[in-house]
Amino acid sequence: MWKTRIGAILLLIIGAGIGYFIYASEPKLHDGKTVALQATAEKFPFKLGLDLSGGVQLVYKADVTSVKPGEVKNAMDALRDVIERRINAFGVSEAIVQIEEKGGITGPVDERLLVELPGVTDVKKAVDMIGQTPKLEFMTERSKTELDAYNKAVEKLQADQAAGKELVIPAEILAGPYEPTELNGRFLERAVLEFDSTTREPIVSIVFNAQGADLFAKLTKDNVGKTIAIYLDRELGNPEPISAPVVREAIVGGKAQISGKFTAAEAKTLVGRLNSGALPVDKLELLSTQTISAPLGAQALMAGVWAGVWGLLIVAAFLILWYRLPGVVAVVALSIYVVLMLALFKFMGVTLTAAGIAGFILSMGMAVDANILIFERTKEELRKGHAVHDAIREGFARAWTSIRDSNISSIITAIILFWFGTSLIKGFALTFGLGVVISMFTAISISRTLLFALPFNGHGAVVRTLFGSGFFKLK
Amino acid sequence: MFIVKYRKIFFTLSIVTIVLSFYAMTVKGFNAGIDFKGGSIIEVAYDTRPSVETLTTALNTAGFEGSRIQMAGDNDVMVKTRALSETDRQALTKALAVSGTQMEEKRFSSIGPTVGAELRTKAWYAIALVILGIVLFIAYAFRHVSEPISSWKYGMITSATLLHDIIVPAGVFVWMGKEVDTLFVVALLSIMGISVHDTIVVFDRIRENLKLKISNDFMVTVGKSLEQTFTRSINTSLTVMLVLGTLYFFGPASTKDFSLILWIGVGIGTYSSVFVASPLLVVFEKWQNKA
Repeated sequence: MWKTRIGAILLLIIGAGIGYFIYASEPKLHDGKTVALQATAEKFPFKLGLDLSGGVQLVYKADVTSVKPGEVKNAMDALRDVIERRINAFGVSEAIVQIEEKGGITGPVDERLLVELPGVTDVKKAVDMIGQTPKLEFMTERSKTELDAYNKAVEKLQADQAAGKELVIPAEILAGPYEPTELNGRFLERAVLEFDSTTREPIVSIVFNAQGADLFAKLTKDNVGKTIAIYLDRELGNPEPISAPVVREAIVGGKAQISGKFTAAEAKTLVGRLNSGALPVDKLELLSTQTISAPLGAQALMAGVWAGVWGLLIVAAFLILWYRLPGVVAVVALSIYVVLMLALFKFMGVTLTAAGIAGFILSMGMAVDANILIFERTKEELRKGHAVHDAIREGFARAWTSIRDSNISSIITAIILFWFGTSLIKGFALTFGLGVVISMFTAISISRTLLFALPFNGHGAVVRTLFGSGFFKLK
Repeated sequence: MFIVKYRKIFFTLSIVTIVLSFYAMTVKGFNAGIDFKGGSIIEVAYDTRPSVETLTTALNTAGFEGSRIQMAGDNDVMVKTRALSETDRQALTKALAVSGTQMEEKRFSSIGPTVGAELRTKAWYAIALVILGIVLFIAYAFRHVSEPISSWKYGMITSATLLHDIIVPAGVFVWMGKEVDTLFVVALLSIMGISVHDTIVVFDRIRENLKLKISNDFMVTVGKSLEQTFTRSINTSLTVMLVLGTLYFFGPASTKDFSLILWIGVGIGTYSSVFVASPLLVVFEKWQNKA
């Protein structure tokens, strides 16, 4: 008995703890005042889908007809990388760039690129930026005097920054330490990842076409011992070169190797970036656009939250009025279910959408199903004349097969929904499926522990009334 | 129990509603949303809303003939038209910015026809898969029950009631002229998930009562099981319908239709598992005895 009571108290403390964590993590809940543990808790914000945060979603179809079948994945990875770099340069936080392979079962395979830009509503700018052909440039070091001026400007800027002065970026810095050449991505035939035959270190080989070979030969001849910087999408705001190898000797014939302390993954990224300058994918076709303004999203979010609060209150009122004491226990279990789910959304980084919130609210209604089954069963056993604890024990045991089988079928549905899902629907399937699993735990284990911890047993009239049900009947 | 005794009344009722639903679907037809057929929708807010005529003229001159204009809220206007490229979208917003008003774009979606077609196919696959998955699972879960009727029949009956549970709300929705979109399909799939809950709970009680041999008459066993699970069926549906009600009244605009169809579906689903599925078991048993 005391063991159960300690267990019950522990469960309540853990539930309250998780509840406090959710409270601390959302500044809106405590009017922006600082509360204990806030800093840690705020590291786990809710992740909102575009329909709640506002933003742009773009779906592109990549034309990969001229890419060799085995190379498609690499080409798509390179494309994703290029677009991700541009979006980062655009200053969008938490953007999503995803490759989606559509079809297969339902038709021919389509390579798609899904781009989500939270907070951005300027579709035109986003579309222009993404749709541009990647631009690869080979640049050489500036002359000694220009380079000195550049370095001096950088030093001055750093000193100004340290002194806290207002920063004026001089023209030297904007121009950068390298100067443009005629050589660019159009002259590059391909880049491949290779491994050095003796050291086994990864190296990147690049091959130029005939015209590019001549340009490259001239460039290397003039710059022995100096750096050639390779830039990708410099004008779209990527100020760092993707690679800056030092020329060891003049290279004729159009074949060069970049070696260095690469990891295989780094080398692969570089290969992808170099090749993207040579356009791995022929064309990006915009399939669908969705924009939602931030105020509209915020409005939907608030509506979802309020619907959840009202839903919880109404279900709680019904449970307590109808099932009395066990109803109170079910409400406690349901509350623990709610905070547990919210915490899971935070920790797992589940993207919440309007559909996802709907799934969660629906799952609150279904979470009490297990409790209702158990209580109805317990009541039958009480009528047979069992004492309260025996009746509860029987009630749980006999309701279990129903709960198990019905929940398995719900999980089957959730899995199929997840597969069916576009990103918005996946949110619904995930919250719904997660809800089924978690509610099985809270409705069974938590209510069981709490019920046994209560100091009621036997056959007395008070106990009968407390464990009875209905709005008007006493028993 | 009266439900088993008067089952013919309930069967007739169900058949009539199914026929009516099919009638609604053929006569009115599905009003497919843009995510299924492709197209675009824009919602803008004005400080002073121009008249429909002004907007129609503006859209027609800009080359968006045949667009559907719909007023929403106090100052919002929704326009539905074909799938648009980015340049088209800019032309559309320019056309909607009627002189003398302040306009703000709240929401825009454009979905290409290929995506729509793909989603349509996928929706059918998903519905078929859910039914198949549930039938197989029930046949498996009830595998030890073979007397008086085999576990396959439990599965078959469940799938029949599942179809019933999605056809009727779909019919009601089509009749109301509501739009059929991705969320509509998700609602149908969820209805199946919830409805099967109810059916399984009743079947589970029958399974248990058969084991306990409470009666030699299958009809009595089914009736008794229904009686025992009745309160639970009502109470569970009630809680689910209560939360769906709050979602409908307080929730986001985008999930209003979704909660409405779920609400109808949960009601129908509970009805069918109590008044249709279990009495059907009795019918199957009677046929078997005749053969």
